[in-house]
Amino acid sequence: MSTVHKLPTELELTAPKHLHQLSLRRVLSPTFFLGLALVVVFAVYVLLGSYTVTIPDFFTIVINHLTGGEKIPGASFIVMEHKLPRAVVGTMIGIAFGLAGALFQTMLRNPLASPDIIGISYGASAAAVTAIVIFGASGAVVSWAALGGALGVAAIIYAISRGTGSGAGGGSRGNAAGNRLILAGVGIAAALHAVVNFLMTRADIRTAADALIWLNGSLNSSTWDRAGVLAVSLLVLIPAVIALAGPLRILELGDDAAAGLGIKVNATRLGLVLTAVGFAAVATAAAGPVAFVAFLAGPIARRVVRKPSLPASALTGALIVLLADFFASNIAPVILDGTVLPVGVITGALGAPFLLWLLVTSNRKEA
Amino acid sequence: MKMSTTTALQGRGDGTLVSAGPGGITPDGKGSGAVTGSRGATAKRSAWLLVAVVVLAAVCAASLAIGARGLPLNAVWEALTNFDPADGNHAVVIARIPRTVLGLLAGAALGLAGAAMQGVARNPLADPGILGLNAGAALAVVVGIYVFGVGSLSGYIWFAFIGAAAAAVVVYAVASLGRDGATPVKLALAGAALSAGLFSLMNVILVSSQDTFDRFRFWQVGSIGGRDWSVLLPALPFLAVGAVIILAGGRVLNSLALGDDIARGLGQNVALARGITGLGIVLLCGSATALAGPIGFLGLVIPHAVRSLTGPDYRWILPFSLVSAPILLITADIIGRVILLPGEVPAGIMTAIIGAPVFVWLIRRGKGAGL
Amino acid sequence: MAVLNANDLTLQYEARKVVEGLTTEIPEGKVTMIVGANACGKSTLLRGLSRLLKPACGTVTLDGKDIHTRPARELARTLGLLPQHPTAPDGITVRDLVGRGRYPHQGFFRSWSARDDAAVQRALDATDTLGLAERSIDELSGGQRQRVWIAMALAQETDVLLLDEPTTYLDLAHQVEVLDLITDLNRSRGTTVAIVLHDLNLAARYADHVIAMKGGCIVAEGPAPEVVTEELVFNVFGLESRVVPDPISGTPLIVPIGRHHARPASTNELEIAS
Repeated sequence: MSTVHKLPTELELTAPKHLHQLSLRRVLSPTFFLGLALVVVFAVYVLLGSYTVTIPDFFTIVINHLTGGEKIPGASFIVMEHKLPRAVVGTMIGIAFGLAGALFQTMLRNPLASPDIIGISYGASAAAVTAIVIFGASGAVVSWAALGGALGVAAIIYAISRGTGSGAGGGSRGNAAGNRLILAGVGIAAALHAVVNFLMTRADIRTAADALIWLNGSLNSSTWDRAGVLAVSLLVLIPAVIALAGPLRILELGDDAAAGLGIKVNATRLGLVLTAVGFAAVATAAAGPVAFVAFLAGPIARRVVRKPSLPASALTGALIVLLADFFASNIAPVILDGTVLPVGVITGALGAPFLLWLLVTSNRKEA
Repeated sequence: MKMSTTTALQGRGDGTLVSAGPGGITPDGKGSGAVTGSRGATAKRSAWLLVAVVVLAAVCAASLAIGARGLPLNAVWEALTNFDPADGNHAVVIARIPRTVLGLLAGAALGLAGAAMQGVARNPLADPGILGLNAGAALAVVVGIYVFGVGSLSGYIWFAFIGAAAAAVVVYAVASLGRDGATPVKLALAGAALSAGLFSLMNVILVSSQDTFDRFRFWQVGSIGGRDWSVLLPALPFLAVGAVIILAGGRVLNSLALGDDIARGLGQNVALARGITGLGIVLLCGSATALAGPIGFLGLVIPHAVRSLTGPDYRWILPFSLVSAPILLITADIIGRVILLPGEVPAGIMTAIIGAPVFVWLIRRGKGAGL
Repeated sequence: MAVLNANDLTLQYEARKVVEGLTTEIPEGKVTMIVGANACGKSTLLRGLSRLLKPACGTVTLDGKDIHTRPARELARTLGLLPQHPTAPDGITVRDLVGRGRYPHQGFFRSWSARDDAAVQRALDATDTLGLAERSIDELSGGQRQRVWIAMALAQETDVLLLDEPTTYLDLAHQVEVLDLITDLNRSRGTTVAIVLHDLNLAARYADHVIAMKGGCIVAEGPAPEVVTEELVFNVFGLESRVVPDPISGTPLIVPIGRHHARPASTNELEIAS
């Protein structure tokens, strides 16, 4: 076995130069293609579908809108008031859900941990359905209620999971707090699910049906205002993620090892939770709890890029939402005799078999 | 089968084996008398079980007495012993009997099934909801309403039953693939995936057909009211068989709790044990959900709560769960009857509202098995 | 300077006091072994010394300054810890994992420099894991994985290194290799090392300084020949033994007397062996 006395220069020559940049280049390629795919899908979403727009027309519309030029009758309206805001909102919530899911799954070291399952989505849903059914609200009010609900539940879950003091042998799995958080979340989710079901029986059928649409996650009420609010929130949250990404990678090594490397474990975890919850909350407020995006984006991104990656998760989330909504708005009505489905139904119905397939193949690999 | 050795080598719930009893050495100096009966512990537990049964009886009596029309207890007693058809009070009591009985049956079934699930899956999160059975039952009911136009509870039952069974089979099959079989994480993942998917498929139908939605939304709330004997009776055989399978499986669950490898080393056929227990669970859950709609929390909370009295021995956890779960369910139903007069809050909601804080308290005390 | 002191230290988990009123010094530039029976508090002491556990009373000082008042990252450049059950994220490569040990040395903007590369390379080389560098940690055996974790701790390049049972999962050859490597580190860079070790013989062989604990208190501390005696072994472990000079290193070698081997074969044989 060699000693430590080798000359440093010899070792530097044999070491790959700037290891970090080299691995960045490796990540960049598949992620880059993911980004490319997103651009393509975005274009398809806006230009094709039940109403097609040619590319030159599209640019004309946008430029004229910005410079106050002449609108193309029909097309301008569809693109500017309907398709484009919908695509933009869809992309943003996809990014937000994708990041929320990836953050939770990494932080809690548990693939089951996504905002859907640990109750945050149900917090938003319960608040929103209360607003719809009891207060007869709609539109922006519902969104604010959803936001409040999500943040409220997140606070409760976090408070519950916070130390009952340092556990004995707390280093052994480094995840007692994480497990508590998941358990608390699951419990609260179940309770809120029951409340939501109950509220659905207290309203007349029309209101209940509206609530059902919201509960499934829908891009129907995508406006530029909503896009603006989303954009501002993302502008705040995304830098937070970037700043926390480094400490997150260290936190993955276990609480003890992370503390040994100079991470303030509790503060970092709190920051991560706040950021992840922030993403989930704003996305749910904007479009309702779109099932499965948060759950799936991380694992799918990991398969494509072959290592866990936050940017790839964000892009994958956006891709899932746009593809699902395209299917829901354009293809599903053909099959279902005219009913336009909310995007969440598609993400759930197509996402679940896909996840099952993922489970089956990864289980089989172990055999 | 060398099952007798499990009483000498007991698991401590965290997978370690401790040899206890006379002549054995315990590393921490304390006897694991909590698990292998020293006479005192068994007597204590039997006493508690008796207390639980008495409480259950009291709660049932309360269920017959309390409601939109409150009745004094002697009226209840009279109605049961000396029924007079002309007496209005007596009629109310008789009308409340099916409800109470359903609370007993569904509660017991869910409590037993939940405890068994946690044992089989070695997972404190195991619960009919999480493992996808509720979703399977719900989807089947929706299909029944939409495709077959079923409109009555006695019709829903069969669909719910088949749905729960099918979901359980799929979840178990997916989770069993791979080298180590159906581990807790794989079971929970498969259950969550299937649940979400089935709910989404369900939503496809619900969004398309308002009529279906209108009927379904009342079933899915989980309630023990509004059902009569014609609904209860067909489910009884399934409940009975399921209960017998599970109650007889206390020792099996104890050895499974030690981990697959150790269980096999003790002579347990792990796959068979899981399969048979799974059958019992499906029979119980399917019937309960069919009868009362999806009721959450009983299966999740009761086994945890009961553990603080019983320790990790399933031979005690099962009977305690059997008795305690109906206490919670019927109490929830009673509260639901009076809290929102003149309307009613269905029992399924109340169990959630009561169950959630209890569950949270359990988590904070770190009492959840496996935390 | 890197003198680590515990002053009247009390450490507890919730209400249960594990260590009370303990004062000791981890001598600078030496290899210290902390030994004792299970649940005597040795791991707890290490966690207290490394800032993982906040003292209920008393202080832990590094060069006279309380470690809890120093910024975490700055402390991590001087004091490193390898805990008992570290977890690795799925699919991470060896080189990546070792690289994470450089975190305390990197600024907020996390620029990776040639110095970091060199440190990683040295660490991989010293632990003989260079050949495994590009492999995923999931594929490695328990022993290989442990060496990779030690490499990560080495890459941190601290003045003080605390290791909690670093030789679990390792076969004897690798145990010796790891301890030799830690000794190299100590001799060449002057790193102060404190190790919790359950193997008393290896601890006696490699230690410059031994701290023996029982019931949360220090029963004896000092150089191995002074501390490791038959009385101490009986006192701390409840084990009857003979302590003889190790034929290779001369350090105390504990030969246990159990129930089935109560009488030594003959004193002549023992004399020939030593």
